[in-house]
Amino acid sequence: MVNGEWENLPAVAHQLPTTIYDSPFTIHEFFMSELSELYQQVILDHNKKPRNFRKLEAANHSAEGFNPLCGDQLTVYLNLEEDAVKEISFEGSGCAISKAAASMMTQALKGKSKEQAETLFKRFHGMVAGELNIGEDDDDILGNLRVFSGVREFPVRVKCATLPWHTMHAALNNQAITSTE
Amino acid sequence: MVIAENSIAPETANAAFDVARIREDFPVLRQVVNGKPLVYLDNAASSQVPQDVIDRGSLYLEDEHSNIHRGVHYLSQKATTAYEGAREKVKRFINARESRECIFVRGATEGINLVMHGFGRKFITAGDEIIISAMEHHANIVPWQMLCEEKGAQLRVIPMNDAGELLLDEYDALLSERTKFVALTHISNALGTVNPIKKMIDQAHKYGVPVLIDGAQSAPHMTVDVQDLDCDFFAFSGHKMFAPTGSGVVFGKAALLEKMNPFQGGGDMIKSVTFEKTIYGDLPNKFEAGTPAIASQIGLGAAIDYLSALDREQAAAHEQELLRYATERITAIEGVRVIGTARAKTSVLSFVIDDIHPHDIGTILDQEGIAVRAGHHCAQPVMQRFNVPATARASFAFYNTKEEVDVLARTIERVVEIFS
Repeated sequence: MVNGEWENLPAVAHQLPTTIYDSPFTIHEFFMSELSELYQQVILDHNKKPRNFRKLEAANHSAEGFNPLCGDQLTVYLNLEEDAVKEISFEGSGCAISKAAASMMTQALKGKSKEQAETLFKRFHGMVAGELNIGEDDDDILGNLRVFSGVREFPVRVKCATLPWHTMHAALNNQAITSTE
Repeated sequence: MVIAENSIAPETANAAFDVARIREDFPVLRQVVNGKPLVYLDNAASSQVPQDVIDRGSLYLEDEHSNIHRGVHYLSQKATTAYEGAREKVKRFINARESRECIFVRGATEGINLVMHGFGRKFITAGDEIIISAMEHHANIVPWQMLCEEKGAQLRVIPMNDAGELLLDEYDALLSERTKFVALTHISNALGTVNPIKKMIDQAHKYGVPVLIDGAQSAPHMTVDVQDLDCDFFAFSGHKMFAPTGSGVVFGKAALLEKMNPFQGGGDMIKSVTFEKTIYGDLPNKFEAGTPAIASQIGLGAAIDYLSALDREQAAAHEQELLRYATERITAIEGVRVIGTARAKTSVLSFVIDDIHPHDIGTILDQEGIAVRAGHHCAQPVMQRFNVPATARASFAFYNTKEEVDVLARTIERVVEIFS
């Protein structure tokens, strides 16, 4: 088989190693594991049916976010009126975590002031990056965004959860393109 | 795929490819990840290192370490002998005419950049055309794009069909007297397609055009003969063929390398330096400025020894059987679609699942100790061609087993269940 000429390959006699592999986890085990902290039902639901998943024609702010590591890409659209988020939407492609994070972010930010949006971004980032102990978050401004707290156990996925927030932040501050890397 | 079931020669069928024994050579494979045996299926990104290679690197660091090509002292001579010995092994491994045609680089990426700088920047001018293919890794796109931008040259792309096979008629139509360089991947890292490069090199040579082959994915899986291919340049990485990172080679025909500009300037690449003029060294030193990754390149030599001691035909046949079995198991799962269904493939299985992002697949597989790549595989134009944002990719080496494929398939079934 020189240089990719595939004819006349010999047949193979297989000899398998003796290592015993367990069966993969059952669905029950899944719900007992850290994985279920990551893929909570509400996250799976937002992934399947993302809210505010459309282009916002009336947007006066928007930004595109990229995660160059995995190719995730999304656009966040904002309609700001007197420094308040009148409308917010997103479109793009990404994993369940980034899609659900974007979907729930749009729900959380509608009606909020620019300042509140930035505060929430900081809190959210602190929570998923493991820098903020959410037990001490007594004012509970994160609300149902706390379902993303499991992300902290999966450091490589933190950027998935924060990409929509970084992009929203860029849109608020009139930057056209942002990326998490 | 051309592994005919009816071609079993009794001698070869009896010569079992003993995977269990081979696995013992790779210490990393013994470990447990998340309570499960490691199932390492990310070989197209980087392969694992056998004990012999580790030992050779250690021996160098313990007994031979010194700078090369410099000192008259004992250790420097010992290090130089080992380093140049590795170059001899490379020469035999790819059947180069001379060892000075084998330039040591950090990996295929650096090798391609070396040719872009040394050849491209010297010989490509405005209005020239450079041909690449639609399935190139970013390493074989971006350097040529940079060159085109600098020189006002044009990048032309050979398209592919839905199976992930290059359209050779289109390639023929792209070739013209304007074509000044062709850069092609031997095997697609994202799709597994094996390109008919010998024929494609021949087509380019009819126009007198030099051809660079990105062999990062082929060197680990097949015997490469650069003289038989008649390629002008051939770049590959050590870390994808069981050697340490930081090792790699770009082969170039001596006559071309002689004509080219050096790549980086510095020590070791000169004959003499004054403030008025520098006279560059001979091949291969001209292209090897500075102290190289000596231990890694010696490790590459040891990896070549390891591969040479294997029955490479059997190893390739085993990988093909893994690919066939994995393709069968995985396509049987509802919602799974394989990206890259070329007739000639190496053991790369890229796939997507309806409504489940590859990253989520990768995270869940990781919990079972299974390492796959999830993402765009540094081949975003391939993703765009197949209209997917990313894929999950299982890539097999000769040390993988059918049992591991079973674990992969069963876990993918669970992934589908979780997201349903």
